[in-house]
Amino acid sequence: MTLQEVKEILDAQVIIAPQDPNLELKMACGCDLMSDVLAFTKEDSLLLTGLTNLQVVRTAEMANVRALVFVRGKEPDREAIALAMSKNIPVLVTDLPMYEACGRLYQRGLPGCSEVEEGSCAAHGG
Amino acid sequence: MAAETCLEKSFTILGMDFTNAGEVSSKVKKILKEAGVSPKVIRRAIISAYEAEMNVVCYAKRGTLTLSVTPEVLRIKVADEGKGIENIELALREGFSTASDEIREMGFGAGMGLPNIRKNSDEFRISSVAGQGTVLEIAFHRQPGENAGSGGGPPQS
Repeated sequence: MTLQEVKEILDAQVIIAPQDPNLELKMACGCDLMSDVLAFTKEDSLLLTGLTNLQVVRTAEMANVRALVFVRGKEPDREAIALAMSKNIPVLVTDLPMYEACGRLYQRGLPGCSEVEEGSCAAHGG
Repeated sequence: MAAETCLEKSFTILGMDFTNAGEVSSKVKKILKEAGVSPKVIRRAIISAYEAEMNVVCYAKRGTLTLSVTPEVLRIKVADEGKGIENIELALREGFSTASDEIREMGFGAGMGLPNIRKNSDEFRISSVAGQGTVLEIAFHRQPGENAGSGGGPPQS
């Protein structure tokens, strides 16, 4: 699924656009515990979260999370946006709550991290 | 005989400095990328380094992270001055945490840090003296031929 599709499905606002307009995401994870993100996400994931602090961006950087979606209409603070920008991590904000945001993406075929093998191309179209 | 060290670098981490928390791990990540370490090893090492860095920020007064990279292995040592860990066995249990509300609000303190570091590392050693500090030593074995075989090779200048 492309980030553009994610934006449309979640009626999201783009805070930081991706450098690659066709940025592909293999899988997603919805989580507010950053240690769990570090423990369970795989590379090239999309992270949906309700936390908006600097550590979310740091965690995304360390875990090679491809893009961030902040749920419940929470806008990240200026420092977090500046850091995400410097690390080239795209950021979206949706008004949807976590459960509904994850549910919509899952329903449209974006799998969870436990369902995709690391390094697998299964979620890619070809 | 000591193995040949290609690179060694130390960084200071300050306790309670939540604004710069992660900065050291970010620098380490850049160094490892430039050294041509495979992305898979980098990811395991950086997740561990970041958890260790957050532990210093959250629980200690200050600490030092020392990175050393040889062709065979990369080692990370994090030594801190602080309250130490009273019961290491308990601290290694998933879900056990002594974190404050402030730490939990940032998304940490879920009791996953040390277990996560142990899971990601190939060698794991921790020692601590309550009231003095903690020393964590972890190592990651580099894969043979990683420079040639990993996802198209390292970026070259």
